[in-house]
Amino acid sequence: MTETTKPPKAREPVPHTAAALALGDDALVLSHRLGEWAGHAPVLEEDVALANIALDLLGQARVLLSMAGDEDELAYLREERAFRNLQLVEQPNGDFAHTIARQLYFSTYQRLLYAHLAAGDGEFAGLAAKAVKEVSYHQDHAEQWTLRLGDGTDVSHERMRRACQALWRFTGEMFQPVEGLDVDWEGIRAAWLESVSAVLRRATLDVPEGPQSGAWSAGAGRQGLHTEPFGRMLAEMQHLHRSHPGASW
Amino acid sequence: MVTSPTATTSLEAELLRLAGSVPDPELPVLTLEELGVLRAVHVRSADSVEVELTPTYTGCPAIEAMSLDIERVLHEHGIREVSVHTVLTPPWSTDDISPEGRRKLREFGIAPPRTGRAPGPVPLTLGPTRTTTPDTRPQGPDPDPIRCPHCGSADTELLSRFSSTACKALRRCLACREPFDHFKEL
Repeated sequence: MTETTKPPKAREPVPHTAAALALGDDALVLSHRLGEWAGHAPVLEEDVALANIALDLLGQARVLLSMAGDEDELAYLREERAFRNLQLVEQPNGDFAHTIARQLYFSTYQRLLYAHLAAGDGEFAGLAAKAVKEVSYHQDHAEQWTLRLGDGTDVSHERMRRACQALWRFTGEMFQPVEGLDVDWEGIRAAWLESVSAVLRRATLDVPEGPQSGAWSAGAGRQGLHTEPFGRMLAEMQHLHRSHPGASW
Repeated sequence: MVTSPTATTSLEAELLRLAGSVPDPELPVLTLEELGVLRAVHVRSADSVEVELTPTYTGCPAIEAMSLDIERVLHEHGIREVSVHTVLTPPWSTDDISPEGRRKLREFGIAPPRTGRAPGPVPLTLGPTRTTTPDTRPQGPDPDPIRCPHCGSADTELLSRFSSTACKALRRCLACREPFDHFKEL
């Protein structure tokens, strides 16, 4: 705390660092997106819910990024291309249906992945065992809203259908292998598809048919290639720290 | 301060008791011991100790206030160097809240978490989109219902899955009509 300058972080590039960055960036970026709803959600209860989900994700991000280096430096001082999050989580909130579809897709993936990691004895088992309980609740929340909106009014059904369709092309990237994680990705993909399809069907929504990735616009967040809205999100997220280094309250 | 091997154990127990007496910053009716978040105190040398603390939720913002309060209490007890570490394993569960802690929560107006409930996905019923729609709560008596902390009625409904903190949900009693927080099972 009395140090005036910090030496640049030069951790050894061990495989788990890459995985910590990938998982940590997913949690951090989605946390920030959900935080953007504060004060804007359709009802007060949902304002609180989205903020609480954001808080859970932020806690996970802090643990994960601390495994990879200095959490603040990683969150606030990296350039866009250095982030390893999925393109799905950086997508703008859109309408409430888009936020719920994004949450359904991501929380289902995160629960399956973390349950897998928790069952192992790797670097991430401890955090995953803790976080999987939180994430199950997020998934449950997203499922309940998907059912209500999909099986709701004509308008809510149409909006939910559009949202599920629009975000579908960002889902394939979730099952790309992450360096340092020993995971049966095809198994996770199959379980994800089964879980999400079941929810969509119960919500009277069709499972989108388009490609889950492979299009020019999707599938490269893990390699540092991001979609256009991400840069603007980062600018807002990093502005305070970059303008006032070391500020706290 | 005596640091012979036999004395250390009782000293650690004493410091654990002291650290455990710190009130939770968000639920000040509970102590950290009753909440079950204090894992261990290790005496490293005559005036240096390490404390192991586990968060309720990974992102619980109270953990920093807890750490500062533990440091303060142990400093006051003459320990010069106190370092509080956060541990995640084994994960905290609401089953770690002591019976006394549960009693105090209820007295404070918060329905305590039920014990032995597996966390995770719960069976879904299509809930009402408006509070005036017909009752869709599952029929049949729940063997372990969430009871209103004010009047004890088991006839309560969920208002919001998230409440003032990540660890609570908001419910309403249908008997006395009072809203109340429920400490969610985790």
